[in-house]
Amino acid sequence: MIIGSNAAENHPVSFKWVNEARAKRGAKLICVDPRFTRTAATADYYCPIRSGTDIAFIGGMINYAIEHNRIHWDYVRNYTNASFLVDPRFKTATDLDGIFSGLEDGKYNKKTWQYQLDENGNPKRDPTLSDPHCVFQLLKRHYSRYNIEHVSNVVGCGDPKAYERVCDLFTSTCKPEKSATIMYAMGSTQHTYGSQNVRVYAILQLLLGNIGVAGGGINALRGESNVQGSTDHAALFHILPGYLKTPKASQQTYQRYLEDCTPVTHDPKSANWWANYPKYASSLLKAFWRDVDLEEAYGYLGKIDDGKNYSFIPIFERMAHGEINGLFCWGQNPAVGGPSSRLERRALAKLDWLVVVDLWETETASFWQKDAGVDPSVIETEVFLLPAAASVEKEGSISNSGRWAQWRYKAIDPPGDAKDDLSIITELVYRLKDLYRTKGGALPKSILNLSWDYGLKDVDGRIHHPSTREVAKEINGFFLKDKIVKGKLFKAGSMVPSFAYLQEDGSTCSGNWLYCNSVSDTENKMMRRSTSDPRGLGFYHEWSWCWPVNRRILYNRASVDDKGRPWANDKPVIWWDRIAKKWQGDVPDGGWPPGTKYPFIMLPHGHARLFAPGLADGPFPEHYEPLESPVKNFMSSQQVSPVIVRWDKLTHREITCDPMVVEGCVAALYGTEAAKRFPIICTTYRLTEHWQTGQMTRWLPWLCELMPALFVEMSEELAKIKGIKNGDKVRISSIRNQEGIVAYALVTKRFRPYKIQGNLYHQIGLPWHFGYKGLIKGAIANDLTPFVGDANTMIPEYKAFLVNVNKVQGE
Amino acid sequence: MAEHMMLIDLTKCTGCRACQVACKEWNSLRAEKTVFNGTYQNPPDLSYDTWTLVRFDEMKSKDRLKKVKWLLRKEGCMHCEDAPCVQACPSPGALVKTPEGAVVHNPKYCIGCKACVVACPFDIPRYSPKDEKIAKCTLCYDRITEGKVPACVEACTTGCLEFGPKEDILARAMARVKEVNGSLYPNNGYKTHVMYIIPDYARIEEYSHLNPDPRVPATELWWKNLFKPLTLIGMGGVAGLAVLHYLIKGPHKVEDKGTEGGDNNA
Repeated sequence: MIIGSNAAENHPVSFKWVNEARAKRGAKLICVDPRFTRTAATADYYCPIRSGTDIAFIGGMINYAIEHNRIHWDYVRNYTNASFLVDPRFKTATDLDGIFSGLEDGKYNKKTWQYQLDENGNPKRDPTLSDPHCVFQLLKRHYSRYNIEHVSNVVGCGDPKAYERVCDLFTSTCKPEKSATIMYAMGSTQHTYGSQNVRVYAILQLLLGNIGVAGGGINALRGESNVQGSTDHAALFHILPGYLKTPKASQQTYQRYLEDCTPVTHDPKSANWWANYPKYASSLLKAFWRDVDLEEAYGYLGKIDDGKNYSFIPIFERMAHGEINGLFCWGQNPAVGGPSSRLERRALAKLDWLVVVDLWETETASFWQKDAGVDPSVIETEVFLLPAAASVEKEGSISNSGRWAQWRYKAIDPPGDAKDDLSIITELVYRLKDLYRTKGGALPKSILNLSWDYGLKDVDGRIHHPSTREVAKEINGFFLKDKIVKGKLFKAGSMVPSFAYLQEDGSTCSGNWLYCNSVSDTENKMMRRSTSDPRGLGFYHEWSWCWPVNRRILYNRASVDDKGRPWANDKPVIWWDRIAKKWQGDVPDGGWPPGTKYPFIMLPHGHARLFAPGLADGPFPEHYEPLESPVKNFMSSQQVSPVIVRWDKLTHREITCDPMVVEGCVAALYGTEAAKRFPIICTTYRLTEHWQTGQMTRWLPWLCELMPALFVEMSEELAKIKGIKNGDKVRISSIRNQEGIVAYALVTKRFRPYKIQGNLYHQIGLPWHFGYKGLIKGAIANDLTPFVGDANTMIPEYKAFLVNVNKVQGE
Repeated sequence: MAEHMMLIDLTKCTGCRACQVACKEWNSLRAEKTVFNGTYQNPPDLSYDTWTLVRFDEMKSKDRLKKVKWLLRKEGCMHCEDAPCVQACPSPGALVKTPEGAVVHNPKYCIGCKACVVACPFDIPRYSPKDEKIAKCTLCYDRITEGKVPACVEACTTGCLEFGPKEDILARAMARVKEVNGSLYPNNGYKTHVMYIIPDYARIEEYSHLNPDPRVPATELWWKNLFKPLTLIGMGGVAGLAVLHYLIKGPHKVEDKGTEGGDNNA
């Protein structure tokens, strides 16, 4: 099932394997999407759903699975928290009309979301799954409202029978020997309940026993070819490399930080892998600052204020208030890509300086020019554009959606003064060190003592040709002194063979514990290119390297029963070899004999979470309408997520430079006057022919000719109402941007109005690839999108908002 | 090198158009200055600078679980076995059927008479008034004779395009067509070195610009057997050929070509 993703267009290579599964195994493809895309064109089944109704659609499948006994019972009972007993005071959204117990002042107090504990501090369990307070019964109650008819009405598919057939097909994989996978992308995540969209997929897959097995899982198709790598290496504010936590201001000592971050279990069968947290944190500090003791190194780490959010939306909100002096935009183009991008361009003008590192002069680099529709004489920001090397002009690793870290080589030198990223940042490090040395500044030691050994030093003591191969060695980690581990002596400088050997005492360094094992003393495993696949399951263990420790399927201990026998004999991931007394197949998720440890080793209780008390907006996903929706929520009387993060509420202030944004964020709710003026649902998306904001593709003539202009896709029905013909110029406006943007109308059968509770609702779609630079130009779709984020991650709600569309008169 | 074929398995095409770009890149073809034309199909048609393109056809469908059809088809030279364009071409060496199965044009010898344009049952060769020559897909003759697959096949992301020895591809096509319960194109006995697998949910007639019944035009047989040898001896000049061509065919009209092959069935 492909949902919230348009894999054929945005991840075309992934589609090769979809096709292979269909050709070789007779797999069926279900495409769920508001638009009939090129993925839908080749799918076996296409389910239209209105933007933002994933939880209703999948929730209906969960209810169908429970009602029709389409459950992999052994799996659910033993490997998930279905049997855990929850505090009897906990109430589901079915009990409380759309909210969960504990809602106080726009935030959940989670004290009722806890498990009942036994005398050892472990969750109480009911293996019969019949206790009314066990997770399974709560789940059943929560989704009891999501029946076929009702869900069809919410998502607007208009055909309950067709929906039922798809429910039947997908849940038929509850049989132990069957599996189904879900591919998703930004269509799922870019909502005010984006995290819960993904959670609902996970719950469905767990009920069907489809996680950890061959052909199972929920697969995030990452938005760029190395987003997985950039996330693993923490290009985000709230994590450090390897998903360690960014320290908070309240965690003033290293000891306190480790205590807060290291989970504890009292159950001997729970591996609780994060108990190793201190080893990974110490090794990371040592990778940053080799010659400094751990406590001091921890002091160097930036701390975030407790409860503060430093993600994309708040950064630009603060920038708009003049609270940020400078910005590095490294391969990013917020002037086109950010939510409410007009606001973002205005925020850039409040900076003292801006550095853009990119292949061409992007819209961000030229936000101050006439092209951007502004008067350059009034903008005082100093802008630097550093020419960057393209992917084929530099060497390094790329981590794909399947966690394979693959080495790529440089084919040609970059043109002119363009430099690879490592060279640019190395130069920057030296300049900063010089400045801190000569001029001082706040907290100089973290820069002055920063270890930077990525190549041979020249006579001036500096590296002029830094090497990503050296970076890869540090990411893997090496011993800083001679050390005996597990009875074996490791010399200083030798590579750490795997994260099981990392040390808490600072005797090892590792830039990212998850990548420990990727480089050995003799080889960089990311460079491997053997296509050997002896069991024919597509593992390719000797092609590149996969984190962790070359394990190709995560949680693969869930693919076998408690005796170590695979659920599916024709496609075993691992199996227990009783003679050799070890696991065969894929690298197992821990080598313990079968039945001795729970399979979900990264969770303190070892069981996958049907009930997830850690989320901000509820332990079970509940359907809410997008912040901007023309439809009343028919699932409950709670219209939008009760804990939605709105920037104005977050900061208690208005963005003075753009009052429309203020109005826009609060006024387009269902039922308001504004919502009536903007009654059409809009979504944004990408096309296979262009890349992100178009900063690379709109400069290439062969790609420009394929998709030369911005267009807006709409149904024949809407076009008729609006008097719009295919190819007409139309204006699309939102509450934030009432003058609107102009695009060509693409009137198509592939868009259909949604029928909801007897009313028709129209949806249109805009690609967001266009801007005011490049060989081809076009209006910026994000000039319409809302400045509002998901309750857990603050990802902007790009995928569902309200607009109006009208023909441009005189065209 | 032995005879080769290309298989276009439309059950696997996602319309990503990597083939279209790869073709331009390998053959150093100029990008066209296109404009929005109401569809995803761009450039809108084959041209002197566009030798292959994906055509997009959308229509309603009666299938309850898929109410729309969006048919995607990579179009290019079919590399006919008994190629009418080669037969029609009066200039020796300008259009050649190679032992590998490719129909290759050579700009060096092309005299721009457009006889091939008229003869082609698939409306493939395109004339450029600026260059005064025709151009079309060569099956990447310069690649396949070096043991490589054509650029479009190399770039194909989804396994829709396959290239190999004729027998292998024919066997593959037969097996695949059974597997997907689809149909083969051409299916009227007309022999080409490019074949399509049409999915079970589509009919040949539903694809735009795809001649359901390709044949060698009657005029070509006549021309080849009688007139071509005579004129080559007797006239030996471009002007003469053009006059003759005008006499036979009248002025060239692009719009009419779609039906011309069908109307003049031999």
